[in-house]
Amino acid sequence: MSKALIQTVTDQFPDAVIASHAYRGDQTVVLQRDGLVDVASYLKQQPDLQMNLLVDVTAVDYSVFGKQPATAFFASSGVQVRPTSGIPDGDPWPGPPAEARFAVVYHFYSTVHKHRLRLVIPIEESDTELDSLTPLWSAADWLEREVWDMYGIRFRGHPNLKRILMYEEFKGHPLRKDYPVNKRQPLIGPIN
Amino acid sequence: MQSNPSFLTTRLDKAIGWAQKYSIFQYPFVTACCGMEYMATACSHYDVDRFGAGLPRFSPRQADVLFVVGTISHKMAPVLTRIHDQMADPKWVVAFGVCTCTGGFYDNYATVMGIDTLLPVDVYIPGCPPRPEMVLDGLMKLQDKIQDHRANGRRAEPEARPEVFEV
Repeated sequence: MSKALIQTVTDQFPDAVIASHAYRGDQTVVLQRDGLVDVASYLKQQPDLQMNLLVDVTAVDYSVFGKQPATAFFASSGVQVRPTSGIPDGDPWPGPPAEARFAVVYHFYSTVHKHRLRLVIPIEESDTELDSLTPLWSAADWLEREVWDMYGIRFRGHPNLKRILMYEEFKGHPLRKDYPVNKRQPLIGPIN
Repeated sequence: MQSNPSFLTTRLDKAIGWAQKYSIFQYPFVTACCGMEYMATACSHYDVDRFGAGLPRFSPRQADVLFVVGTISHKMAPVLTRIHDQMADPKWVVAFGVCTCTGGFYDNYATVMGIDTLLPVDVYIPGCPPRPEMVLDGLMKLQDKIQDHRANGRRAEPEARPEVFEV
């Protein structure tokens, strides 16, 4: 598996990179929060990288990850889900990037060089704020609003950081693992 | 409603009910995948025009029947009730697909658990999505309701959501 992009980023920003791995051809770099904008603009502007497409921005809440057994989703049909550790792989997934509760994940693609890179930024629960990439990729605008809406992670310098999917009156952030599954916040009440 | 309607008015009500049930102007409130099945029902293979329901009106002012087709989220709910309020009486509501009947397989922060928590529903058509035959069956049940509404001189009480949907 090629690790050329990981190598380039690690050589250029040795202080910002926390870890890296290539899992089945997908190259991932785990970054310090403060290094995000520098690395991202480097990825966009360097002629041999030219990550001109921001494919996705999302987040992960690791607060219950691995702390409770996965529910047997296919128990009714008796289908066993093989753990990924059982699949032979020379470079297995290393698990959550850090002890931090959240991780914000960026997926970049270069339509010129046809290569991809994933950046993962661990975010502590006590300070859920990081720099916006909207000035670099306008695609980040709505994606960062979605991350704010669903996970409550703020983006510094975002031009219009408000909810995008849920309504303004909604309290909380529904994709956080501590949001109760059955909690409803109806805008208009039931008639019966 | 007078207690002893004359022979003439009952015949007249029956005639008007007959006319009304074969001139259903529907408002399709289509939000999700059920819309494809709604379109299949409306097109020539199944042809709702046989039941006089072939002309959907995209203005609630001109519609008699509100077809709620697809999942309704809490964000959409005020819009739906507003559309219902804008329709002129007499009006009927059809819950098309299991999401509108009960919320379907959605059990989360976003979805309304059945539109009968918002509106009085006349006909429930469960299914994910319902087959066109089920839709036509529901449409005929609605026609019976419209006919009865004229014959009784009053609108039937909205149905309570059945414990078990009979298919």
